[in-house]
Amino acid sequence: MPITYTSGEQIEVYRFSIPVTVGVPLLALFLQAFVPRRVPFFSIFDLPLLVTIFFAMARRNPISGLFTGAAIGLVQDMLGAYPIGIYGIAKTVVGYLASSLGAKLDVENAGARLLVTLGFYLVHAAVYFTVARGMVSLTLDWSWIRGIVAGLANGFLGVGLYFLLDKFKQRT
Amino acid sequence: MESVLGRYRNLTILVGVLFLQVLGLAVQVKRSGDAENTRLIRIWAVGAITPFERGLVWVHDGSRNLWHNYFFLRGVRAENRELKAQIEQMRLEQVRLSEDAAQAHRLQQLLAFKEQYIAKTVAAQVIGSSGSDLSRSIYIDKGSNDGIGADMAVITVGGIVGKVLRVYPSTSLVLMINDQSSGVGAMLEKSRLQGVLRGTANGEVVLERVMSDEQVAVGETVLSSGGDQIFPKGLPVGTVSNVSPGREMFLNIQVKPAADLSRLEEVLVVTQKQERQVIAESPAKVRAADILAQRLPSVPDKPPDAGTAKSGTGAASTSAQGSTGGAKPQTDAVHKPQTQSAGGTAAKLSPTTATASNAGAVDAAHKSTDNVPVTAGETSKKVLAKTPSDSTTSGSSRSAAQTNIPPGASSSDTRPSGAASNSAVSTAKPPAPQSKPVSSQSLPQPPAADDNPH
Repeated sequence: MPITYTSGEQIEVYRFSIPVTVGVPLLALFLQAFVPRRVPFFSIFDLPLLVTIFFAMARRNPISGLFTGAAIGLVQDMLGAYPIGIYGIAKTVVGYLASSLGAKLDVENAGARLLVTLGFYLVHAAVYFTVARGMVSLTLDWSWIRGIVAGLANGFLGVGLYFLLDKFKQRT
Repeated sequence: MESVLGRYRNLTILVGVLFLQVLGLAVQVKRSGDAENTRLIRIWAVGAITPFERGLVWVHDGSRNLWHNYFFLRGVRAENRELKAQIEQMRLEQVRLSEDAAQAHRLQQLLAFKEQYIAKTVAAQVIGSSGSDLSRSIYIDKGSNDGIGADMAVITVGGIVGKVLRVYPSTSLVLMINDQSSGVGAMLEKSRLQGVLRGTANGEVVLERVMSDEQVAVGETVLSSGGDQIFPKGLPVGTVSNVSPGREMFLNIQVKPAADLSRLEEVLVVTQKQERQVIAESPAKVRAADILAQRLPSVPDKPPDAGTAKSGTGAASTSAQGSTGGAKPQTDAVHKPQTQSAGGTAAKLSPTTATASNAGAVDAAHKSTDNVPVTAGETSKKVLAKTPSDSTTSGSSRSAAQTNIPPGASSSDTRPSGAASNSAVSTAKPPAPQSKPVSSQSLPQPPAADDNPH
């Protein structure tokens, strides 16, 4: 069964060391900025989003999740060309929802992680486009095909990435 | 109240964090210069990321050079011999090309054809990107320390890349032309239709604002129009890859960028553009008679008496209508030499003198750059004084003079009449020309006896 509903007592809550907490998001941001210039296809991925989802779901604390998402999103905004806050808001929402979901469900299965990542990618895109169009008046076009393909690509990458990051988990 | 906040503590914090970010976003949007408002915070982020990017690029290039310079040296001697032979060939080619280039340069100076062109560029290396598929921008390793400024054009050998959006001390953010928020003034090379080049969500580039009743061919080259004041005019942008009806009576023209935007490594930043110069501003090199000869059509063959009489009348009447102030500076004469060539005083002069002032008006234009009023009489005198002794008179003047040589007359007497025939082209109808008027440069120089109907 991919997604298991568990009670609060049954769910494992994990924590991470400070180097991992700081280093992994920074590394994700760095790779996201660097790799697409060498491998253009890589721009379809959103490593900071995957890291946000992973930390939020592992910690299972909504406050921690939303602050993690906000911090990663704001740094990503600083590296971009658009006003600061668009990614921040989108990743804040995703961080909150992912940690809330993590508190309710035990998502350790690869298939479940794929679906969850796809879903959060679409949520992230929806919030991003809403803010970009509604507040900043950016003329961005949304393509469903591209969105779903990118979501699936991020899902598959996320499954592998989460497997790697699971090594850094520490039981509380 | 406290119990409500405590019960919905997580939600309250979420709303609070979102509210703060929305507030910050609103402040940035309200103030137009958001780049300045958030400059410091962006510098921190860029300063934290770009050193690692520089380091990785350095390591990558270093390892690649190590491989190419030390480990990949098989067959170097044979290659060296081959290259030396190529160098000899290329030297010969270079001599020929340099001759051609010098000739082209001379011709260009002669024509005084100075389009806008790029005067100074700075080469930069692409070291990173904004890291998002939604925002297509790149970082380059040159910043304000290297003379880079905002809104400078970024190009490659292939074509335009984008513009500098933000400048930091040692790096710059470049917004590429396939970003959805970018806009580039562009035009089609053949039809000269102008539009706005924009990026799409898929990273494609489209040319907007071209009416649907226009004919646009697939494969046509798209150039920068220069209307955006960022990209110099005439730089290659791309080629039309698809044309389909769009929204609101406009065509949907997809453009394949000339530069490979997904694989950029080195780019050029245009730090200085040289604007177009008026011909009259560089009077030293080109003679007035040469400019006039190029601008006017050549003189068709005709009988000397009728041609001289008609041209004299025509030029005099044109001069009288065209201008009222004889002492007025003749700056316009450079641009419209055929209709406003001489001042009002030209009407009072003899036909020969008045029409010769057409050529003198160009000289007058040169003078006018120094704010010296020149009358048509002065200019015509100048031309008359210079022309007989000048052996480098342009082709049309010379041929016209030869055409109008009456039997027994000396050439110095007839040259002004040749100029008179020149000015008559715009006002008097030539009597049954034997050949189509062509430019003075392409006009052959037949012997005077052949052209003279007498």
